[in-house]
Amino acid sequence: MHWLLWSVVIITVLMTTTAWALWLERKLAARMGSRLGPTMVGRHGLLQPIADLLKLLQKEDILPEAADGALFNLAPILTAVFAIATVAVVPFGEGVIAADLDIGVLWVLAFGGLMVIPVWMAGWASNNKFALLGGMRAVAQAVSYEVPLVLASMVPVILAGSMSMTDIVHYQQQHSWIALWPTLPGLPAFLLFLLASLAESNRIPFDIPEAESELVAGVSTEYTGMKFGLFYMAEYIHTLVSSAIGAALFLGGWSGPFAPGLHWMLLKTLGLFVFIYVVRWTLLRFRQDQLMRLAWVWLVPMGLVLVFMAAVVVVWGGA
Amino acid sequence: MATASLAAIVFVLISAVVASSLVVAAKLLRVRAKVDSPLKRRTYECGEEPLGPTWIQFHPRYYVVALVFVIFDLEAAFLLPWSLIVRELGMAGVIEVAVFALILMLGWAYAVKKDALKWQ
Repeated sequence: MHWLLWSVVIITVLMTTTAWALWLERKLAARMGSRLGPTMVGRHGLLQPIADLLKLLQKEDILPEAADGALFNLAPILTAVFAIATVAVVPFGEGVIAADLDIGVLWVLAFGGLMVIPVWMAGWASNNKFALLGGMRAVAQAVSYEVPLVLASMVPVILAGSMSMTDIVHYQQQHSWIALWPTLPGLPAFLLFLLASLAESNRIPFDIPEAESELVAGVSTEYTGMKFGLFYMAEYIHTLVSSAIGAALFLGGWSGPFAPGLHWMLLKTLGLFVFIYVVRWTLLRFRQDQLMRLAWVWLVPMGLVLVFMAAVVVVWGGA
Repeated sequence: MATASLAAIVFVLISAVVASSLVVAAKLLRVRAKVDSPLKRRTYECGEEPLGPTWIQFHPRYYVVALVFVIFDLEAAFLLPWSLIVRELGMAGVIEVAVFALILMLGWAYAVKKDALKWQ
């Protein structure tokens, strides 16, 4: 029953962290643009996420007359479920894990791949041109960056000889962070992983699927109230969970001196999360053809080369 | 490991309950409009009357991307089990898979040469 407790705790913490991660991002973005961000609700606007949630819950729920009702209603729920379910296999400390699957990395990749389906469902079911275009772009982009993501995640798997995230962290405790030590496949693989996860979660500079100056709001154009809220939430959960996975696979997970492991894991996760947001508010958007070219012409061969480098390191170095 | 699989399934179920309970809560708490207006259920097109059908045929470049993706995803599906036993297989295993990847990259080079991935 140990794991059931952890499941509930991890989901609760993830949802609350997401709410205040949103606050953190708004504050950060505002400061970067010489603004103040939320200040009115609570001290420093700290109660803003609660106010937002209450507002979203009260909003009228509109089903467009031309939309495909069943798919339209199912899509936001599925998005949120897939985003949350990914975190099941991420270890936050020794034994602090919901499901210590021996195919952890595969689980993460599978749920990342599934995320494409509800996005396309929403785009198609809305029967709105902006949503459809947004959906097509999102699928093309997610599918293209899926390949480099899989290849980059394969490097820690090859080095540690296991797909269990716990085993990968243990390996890093015995040797060193994968992003640091076998520098050649490790560090580039970490960067490739970061880049691909940025693209997978549709963050700037990869946010062509909902480029607001072209597509209004992409797939979420027709959504109102809590259903829009679920899309929004899923996006932030996805970014947070990607940061946690990056920290566990490449940055040594919960290993670190002085403080308990859980602190280190959370620190690394938040560090990556903040990094992703600083990137978001610094860079401009890529053009679609640049996006596709980057993925297929550069990142895919790079990922393959890294995978074989890791294999050679393992076979020759016996590491 | 059976416990872990059970835990994973339960985790997915819990996330489904959390996500759908938010929608149900919104259904219970939402404010209902006193006057119904059919205009607000109209498809959004910047305030204009929606023009023409949405569900149309789309550009073949999406199809090309899907095809190339299937090839590389299959490759990933072959590489994943291999990545677990690289140590046991030794150099022979690495070379065998490298040959497989090389043949695949020939196809990739052809696609690049033909500008299939250029998104024109």
